[in-house]
Amino acid sequence: MTAAVLRAATARRRRLVLAAAAAATVALFVARALLGDYQIAAPDAVRILLGADLGPASFIFLETKLPTALVALAAGLALGGSGAAFQSMLRNPLASPDVMGVTLGASAAAVTGLVVAGLTGAQVTAAAFAGGLAVALGIFVLSGGAHSASNRIILIGLGLAFALQAVIHWVLIRGSVYQARDAMRWLSGSLNAMTWDGVSRLWVAVAVGLPLLLLLGRPLRLIEVGDDLAGGLGIRVPRVRLAVLLVVVLLTASATSVAGPIAFVGLLAGPIARRLNAGRSSLPLAALVGAAVVLGADLLGDARWPWGPLPVGIITGLLGAPMLVALLLRSTSEEEIHG
Amino acid sequence: MGELIARSVTLGYGDRVVARDLDVEVPAGRITSIVGPNGCGKSTLLRGFSRLLAPSTGQILLDGDDVATLSARELARRLGLLPQSPITPEAMTVAELVGLGRHPHRAMLGGWSRSDQDAVDEALEMTRTADLAGRRVDQLSGGQRQRVWIATVLAQRTATLLLDEPISFLDIARAVEVLDLVVDLNRQRGTTVVMVLHDLNLAARYSDRLIAMRDGAIVAAGPPSDVVTEAMVHDVFGVPSRVVPDPVSGTPLVVPIGRHHRRH
Amino acid sequence: MTVPRAAGGAIAVGGLAAGVLASFAIGAVSVPVGDVVGFLTGADPATAAILVARVDRTLVGVVCGAALALSGAVLQGVTRNPLADPGLLGINAGAALAVAVGVVTGIGASQGTVVALALLGAGAAAGFVALLSRGRPDPVLLVLLGAAVTAACLSAVSAVTIRNQAALEVMRFWQVGSIGGRGLPLLLPSLPVLVLGAVLTVWAGSTLNTLAVGDDLATALGTRIGRTRALLGTGAVLLAAGSVAVVGPIGFVGLVVPHIVRLLMGPDYRVVIAGSVLLGPVLLLTADIIGRVVMPPAEISAGLVVLLLGAPVLVALVRRSVHA
Repeated sequence: MTAAVLRAATARRRRLVLAAAAAATVALFVARALLGDYQIAAPDAVRILLGADLGPASFIFLETKLPTALVALAAGLALGGSGAAFQSMLRNPLASPDVMGVTLGASAAAVTGLVVAGLTGAQVTAAAFAGGLAVALGIFVLSGGAHSASNRIILIGLGLAFALQAVIHWVLIRGSVYQARDAMRWLSGSLNAMTWDGVSRLWVAVAVGLPLLLLLGRPLRLIEVGDDLAGGLGIRVPRVRLAVLLVVVLLTASATSVAGPIAFVGLLAGPIARRLNAGRSSLPLAALVGAAVVLGADLLGDARWPWGPLPVGIITGLLGAPMLVALLLRSTSEEEIHG
Repeated sequence: MGELIARSVTLGYGDRVVARDLDVEVPAGRITSIVGPNGCGKSTLLRGFSRLLAPSTGQILLDGDDVATLSARELARRLGLLPQSPITPEAMTVAELVGLGRHPHRAMLGGWSRSDQDAVDEALEMTRTADLAGRRVDQLSGGQRQRVWIATVLAQRTATLLLDEPISFLDIARAVEVLDLVVDLNRQRGTTVVMVLHDLNLAARYSDRLIAMRDGAIVAAGPPSDVVTEAMVHDVFGVPSRVVPDPVSGTPLVVPIGRHHRRH
Repeated sequence: MTVPRAAGGAIAVGGLAAGVLASFAIGAVSVPVGDVVGFLTGADPATAAILVARVDRTLVGVVCGAALALSGAVLQGVTRNPLADPGLLGINAGAALAVAVGVVTGIGASQGTVVALALLGAGAAAGFVALLSRGRPDPVLLVLLGAAVTAACLSAVSAVTIRNQAALEVMRFWQVGSIGGRGLPLLLPSLPVLVLGAVLTVWAGSTLNTLAVGDDLATALGTRIGRTRALLGTGAVLLAAGSVAVVGPIGFVGLVVPHIVRLLMGPDYRVVIAGSVLLGPVLLLTADIIGRVVMPPAEISAGLVVLLLGAPVLVALVRRSVHA
């Protein structure tokens, strides 16, 4: 096969997989918006969107189901895409903003705000965002900047993650058990009580951040073959790394501040996308996988379980472990983990 | 085209100075090799040339232009570098990897042009890896992989090519193959080549010009027959030797004398 | 710069003694050292009542501090991984999950059952991580695996407690490791486990030295690697599990203390083990003391103080050892 023919074939297959993933995501979105504990028929939904007033159905659809589905979609895209980009940048499939404390920074700030300062709604979101940003900056500064080895960055992130867990624990014992319960709800990535305010804030971040991330896809691909070779091919590696870091933090902190921490999505979307794409990494596919996972998990959590609905973060937390196991058991080369 | 000049260049990492006040001339259209013991600064010099390392004093000129003033893309179109240990990516085919070499010539959102495809095809031809185009890079043998890396920088189509220890992990047949390829490149396209080599004899045989370094300074520079002498080998490498004419190419051949072979 | 062994030993023992004295003397109410010494040697000073209250926490601090540090030292040797620590490897989270399940299902009534549950959870998590990282000695992989297992277990704990307020009330305090309010009645059921763990590991110094040179060489030198690793690993897990059952999950002690000993006294595992047993309690007691004096009369649990102190220490360790 000549190189040209190969190229065309690869591109064609890639487009097919992306299209399938997009279709699946749209289907899940529609399912989340219409199904679940309270069901709405599709024609009714369309009528509501066009302005008709169908009583309680209108209210529930417009004030709960639709915003929740929109946030799940945006959060999934943000977490999936940024997780994959982070892994590519650090050349380590097990690195992700969750594991490294960015998400925890947002969480710690949020619950501290909730329990200690009595913040509510938008204030909590703002605190979460600031927290995530602060941790990312901390990791950046402590590890010596974008020039550092990926191992260093990962380990420092882990160290900070543990300190932040301490903060969260302390907050949980400081308040009353009711406050603790509220804090834990937030910590489980519950998509309930979603307001249109939250939706628009997250979508703005995603609309800005995701295209930027996708643009950085090609330089990231080149960095995969080594900093020196990428430099020789005209990539300014430290700048690209910094840009990726900023966009990843923007997307992750935004998603976490609005939807709460959703475990494992950032970690697993990239590897799952790679497995679907014959081993090649793909940022747009990872974003779609992330969206599908969050929508699916939320759909699952919202179903009629005997013990009531489960928050999406817990579903992904529980299902994530076996997925991670599968991922690790299949990875054959040492190279993959060392980077 | 492709002349490199370093003027009073000091290179180092952080506080550690590796090479001080270097003056180096790499003539256009010729093959130049840099030799010297471990840690003498050969790779550092190469990184300075390719702007991976910024000199703390002095200038690096590529065809008269100060390298520091060129944009990354512009530099990448004129100068290519194959570093010592590139990282083998997972799940990339040879064709894709070689295609990466076209990056400096493609627009940010740009597609794949006819000339890009031609460059890749030509690179695969020259390195005799065209039949490996569909294979995954991580499944190739060491020798095949090294040829693929070379194809990648060949696809870049630069007037100057820097190679950092291109044959260090190859067996004798593969090593000679790669060096013959470098000569082809130089003769057919007029590419200026700068190589860092460990093997003094192969360097002498395949280069037009040799630069010997030690402890961050240039000890000798010139045609191999002038540079490779018993005195130089002793000064730079610290080992006594006999230098005789290579029976195949006539260039200097270094025969090192170890403890067990000394006469006195 | 290593300290000669005799001097190091003296410092360690002295440090331990000082730590114990301080644990008795310092607190919301200060007790003069003279009284403490008197109390410990059988006299009956005026402040005896306060001191009696502090006996339990000091004892628990000494025993669990030693257990945790020893566990960490042995784990680091067995896995040849300087970042091994029961907390970082998911053992604590596994124990937490088991305990949470016990609380919610009503099984975890007596302290004996809590010990059994914590043991089960810790063992399962440890076995899991060990299985997954078999044949892959990369330190970062192990730590990431542990972090993932921790995340999964903690998610499960959330799932279990989010609907059960009573369970939440118990777990939110249990999950913060603390040596205060944990007395002899809690320590006693764990003692057999701790003693067994100690027996399996405390003599392991020279074996660990041999293991450190790599599997092939160690076999050539006559060590039965598989069996040795299993025994030592089990001992380490027993120590950690026994400790978690009493004081709750406390991370970092196992990570940091062996490193400090190594830094001061060199890498000989016999010394590292002895040093860890002596210095572990010092760290834990110090954390507890700090927690007691920082905002009186309220207390910050030792577990929290250790984590807050431990994070910068880990960061400093990483900056030192992982190349830029």
